[in-house]
Amino acid sequence: MNLIVSAIGQGLLWALLGLGLYLTFRILNFADMTVEGTFPLGAAVAVANISQGMSPYLATFLALLAGMAAGLVTGLLYTKGKIPILLAGILTMTAIYSINLRIMGGSNISLIGKKTLLNNEFLEKLPQYFNSVVLGIVVVIVITGILIFFLNTDFGQAFIATGDNPSMAKSLGIHTDFMVIIGLMLSNGIVALCGALIAQNNGYADINMGIGTIVIALASIIIGEVAFGELTLNQRLVAVTLGSIIYRLILLAVLQLGFSANDLNLISSIVLALCMMLPQLEKVLHLKKPVERGVKKHD
Amino acid sequence: MTKPILELKDVKTTVKTADGEIVPILKGINLEIRPGDFITIIGTNGAGKSTLFNTIAGSLKPDSGILRHNGQDITKMSEEKRTQFIGRVFQDPKMGTAPRMTVAENLLLATKRGKRRFLKIRRLKQNLPRFKKLAAVMNNGLENRLNTFVEGLSGGQRQALSFLMATIEKPDILLLDEHTAALDPHTSENLLAVTDKQIKENKLTALMITHHMEDALKYGNRLLVLKDGQVKADISEEEKKNLKVSDLYSYFED
Repeated sequence: MNLIVSAIGQGLLWALLGLGLYLTFRILNFADMTVEGTFPLGAAVAVANISQGMSPYLATFLALLAGMAAGLVTGLLYTKGKIPILLAGILTMTAIYSINLRIMGGSNISLIGKKTLLNNEFLEKLPQYFNSVVLGIVVVIVITGILIFFLNTDFGQAFIATGDNPSMAKSLGIHTDFMVIIGLMLSNGIVALCGALIAQNNGYADINMGIGTIVIALASIIIGEVAFGELTLNQRLVAVTLGSIIYRLILLAVLQLGFSANDLNLISSIVLALCMMLPQLEKVLHLKKPVERGVKKHD
Repeated sequence: MTKPILELKDVKTTVKTADGEIVPILKGINLEIRPGDFITIIGTNGAGKSTLFNTIAGSLKPDSGILRHNGQDITKMSEEKRTQFIGRVFQDPKMGTAPRMTVAENLLLATKRGKRRFLKIRRLKQNLPRFKKLAAVMNNGLENRLNTFVEGLSGGQRQALSFLMATIEKPDILLLDEHTAALDPHTSENLLAVTDKQIKENKLTALMITHHMEDALKYGNRLLVLKDGQVKADISEEEKKNLKVSDLYSYFED
């Protein structure tokens, strides 16, 4: 039971990663590698500041700002520097690695004995692991709410149009470069926030905690899409969180089978690859028909 | 004579090809467009028709020459800013619409053409009755598909939507870049008829590129023949009436 609660808590906190990446991967239509750097950046900024005695609220907020700054850098490299987006992201990600080492002053910092967002008086009173569930629900609702509001404004619609058809967006007077930069800033801000929360939940920040970030984020997005099918945009955002929780439960099941935590990146990649290949597998194996026949009444 | 709404003075534009070669396309275009003009434009491939549109719209900047809108110099104005007074329909139905947004969402985007967009809740539902009425004008069932994703539309409907989007906020200048060329003859004819009707009813000022000599003669009050980056002929309504397709071909001979 505890394991499942913990997995749900993890799923909720990690859902932010999927929500952040959704803005770039699904709306702007490109894969932003920056997140592999901004996730540990958020963790480093939050943990380094908290360990110096800063309020965890302020430290978490600073992490968010740091992520937005990283997004701005990638955005400028891409739109003004005309560097292809994949490379722009990798450049920023690589640069952040050094910055993270500077911020942390080493390859990891612990939060033992420090006040974090997860051990305030109210959350302490809850049963074990429920603190991450409660915090996760609050943060996911706030961020999802903000995103739904944003995407349903005139500005947000222009942002969506920029990803969907940039030449049309331009012909309607939308400043597509500006929209891309805003999208990268929002996305990386949310990802850094996620890193800050995960680090506080784990009790430490580690320089290598960003490895596989983009795969985990994509897994939440794609599992959500595979599991829930045709949805409106608002529903899709909710599906990302559910996808993230499902993904954590899958990992939990895999760990129960006897795999070690060291295998997680391999397993994550396999899960994501399988999900992304589903349409192809479906074509080759004709899974749908037999399944449909299996559940339909015989007539 | 009325004042020109758009004026091009000795405009020269070069284009960079895929291999980095710089090719002069427009070689000194002089043009005065008056309010209410519906100008059809013909010319061989490479004559500079699309480059002319790109230069007017601002997606290409001329190397020399001046563009004026209502007397104001707009030569250096950005493409985004020019959308305040320019509406545009592209040849490719995929160019002018957002496929993963609905018809109504596309129209709503177009109502803000060239205007600042704020963090203000879009008012989609409130606009639906208005959009329905507008879409019905296109005479192809678009009004019943307002909540359909654009990728699910036929090419004709998609192009009709592009046209509506370019005109939903009346532009000072409407650029139609062979907007019916990708459609089957019947659909193309229908869209051209609606285009003509809309331009007349709303007193739009429009430029239309076409490959069909018949259409170039049938529609509009003025005809331009582009050749080798220059205006070879500027034919008025009166002269146009007496022209035949065979006369037009003579302009293309050396």
